[in-house]
Amino acid sequence: MDEILEILEKDARITPEEIAKMLKEPAQKIKETIKKYEKEGVILKYKTVLNKQLFKDEDTSVRALIEVNITPQKDVGFDKIAERIYSFAEVTSCYLISGTYDLLVVIEGKNIHAVSNFVAEKLSCLENVRGTVTHFLLKKYKEDGVVLKHKEENKRIAISY
Amino acid sequence: MKNIISKKVQEMQPSGIRAFFDLVLGMKEVISLGVGEPDFVTPWQIREAGISSLEEGFTSYTSNKGLYKLRLTISNYLKNRYGLEYCPDEEILITVGVSEGLDLTLRAIVEPGDKIIVPQPSYVSYGPVAELAGAEVTYIDTQKTNFKLTPGLLEKHIDKKTKAIILNYPNNPTGVSYNKKELSQIHKVLLKHNVLCISDEVYGDLTYDFSHIPFPTFPKAKENTMYLNGFSKAYAMTGWRVGYACGPKEIIAAMTKIHQYTIMCVSITSQMAACEALHSGKRSLEEMKREYRRRREFVVDRFGEIGLECRKPQGAFYAFVCIKNSGLKALEFARKLLKEENVAVVPGTAFGSQFDDYIRVSYASSYDNLKEALARIEKFVKKIKR
Repeated sequence: MDEILEILEKDARITPEEIAKMLKEPAQKIKETIKKYEKEGVILKYKTVLNKQLFKDEDTSVRALIEVNITPQKDVGFDKIAERIYSFAEVTSCYLISGTYDLLVVIEGKNIHAVSNFVAEKLSCLENVRGTVTHFLLKKYKEDGVVLKHKEENKRIAISY
Repeated sequence: MKNIISKKVQEMQPSGIRAFFDLVLGMKEVISLGVGEPDFVTPWQIREAGISSLEEGFTSYTSNKGLYKLRLTISNYLKNRYGLEYCPDEEILITVGVSEGLDLTLRAIVEPGDKIIVPQPSYVSYGPVAELAGAEVTYIDTQKTNFKLTPGLLEKHIDKKTKAIILNYPNNPTGVSYNKKELSQIHKVLLKHNVLCISDEVYGDLTYDFSHIPFPTFPKAKENTMYLNGFSKAYAMTGWRVGYACGPKEIIAAMTKIHQYTIMCVSITSQMAACEALHSGKRSLEEMKREYRRRREFVVDRFGEIGLECRKPQGAFYAFVCIKNSGLKALEFARKLLKEENVAVVPGTAFGSQFDDYIRVSYASSYDNLKEALARIEKFVKKIKR
């Protein structure tokens, strides 16, 4: 992976000027490269990773992983039906996977009822959905490489040779 | 009670900046750039190997020389990586870090009156450990040659009593390293005068601009070199205390004699974890190295902006910064910086009394910490220059 991407993936707040220093390249060149990545869609978005377990957010306090079985459509396979599913605002992630089911859909809702209603009234009744299995999420430990825990204190002694 | 302490130890010079360090340790909320160890924790798969070994009941002594499995792994690693061949039975000894390897080497070879050369600035232990072993220490000041030992400097300081030199590259505290040509010239001088090279290459894996070349890889150098290395810096394993010494079998045998009576063997948990480090640590090592390299560029650039001269270090994770421009001497600079801006650095005098125009800055600290610390140093320097 390009080092610029590696740096930004870890911390999106690092400025092009700072990256320029780290990689010993002109800042202008770094800016142009980042622009290019944004234009190509390699860089899609800059956002903040929240630990939602530490505060009450009424709209998204319950999460569920849903296994979805699908009948693929002619010509477009799974893509069209996936799009119909991931377009719902409740869906935070949607993956096509190998194995006993086809789509893994992650959804967020206010409470168990909201999630159940979504599955029963929106997801299951889609034409090509053959069946669903819902798993409610109990606790998050690590997400996308980030451990959801307070930073631990530095254990090193302050001065050593 | 006064006379109970041996003369040798009484005469040992305690570090002149101890009081400064105590001051740092007593303070909270300090950003410390004074740390001589990685800011990463040991990669998980290595810690896992240590935990598993405990669960499986590996809690015994090992052979004095160290676990055969580890010696074999090291032997294979050196062969594959550098083409260096050391026999795991007779030419490798597992030690409690490079520190023990150095102590054993010196104790095994020094006769009273022998001279040991230490180029300075140097890691703090070299001089005192050589003296404890009964040697006279010849220091070589490398300040005028960009902190590099040159063949000329070396020739000037070798005499009939010179037995060995302690070479350290990449160097703590300067980050200076040597390319093939420079090393080859040093090697030729040592060979000519039959002087042993004790090569502390613990930062070897953290070399940024060119490939690290182990000293024993030169023709005829293997018989004339004690190669010391360890896991602390490359694999972020400082607390495990495990290193190794590779060299001529007569010296290894002599060192093993001392080691078996004083240390017995290195902790088995650490030895098992070290095996794992060599098997699977490469990816983590490369990641950490990239991160250090970026921080290095950032730190050197920032010191340039601040107006303090800082040559680009070629390895390790230290910058040796000249503070002459500030008008302050090292200890005073460090003390004031700590008091006024809560940033800790190590005064250059820790690495040789003449380096009072320098501070050692460790970039084994997170990018956010470095950014903030350098902003504070900038503020501090502006203030004192006014």
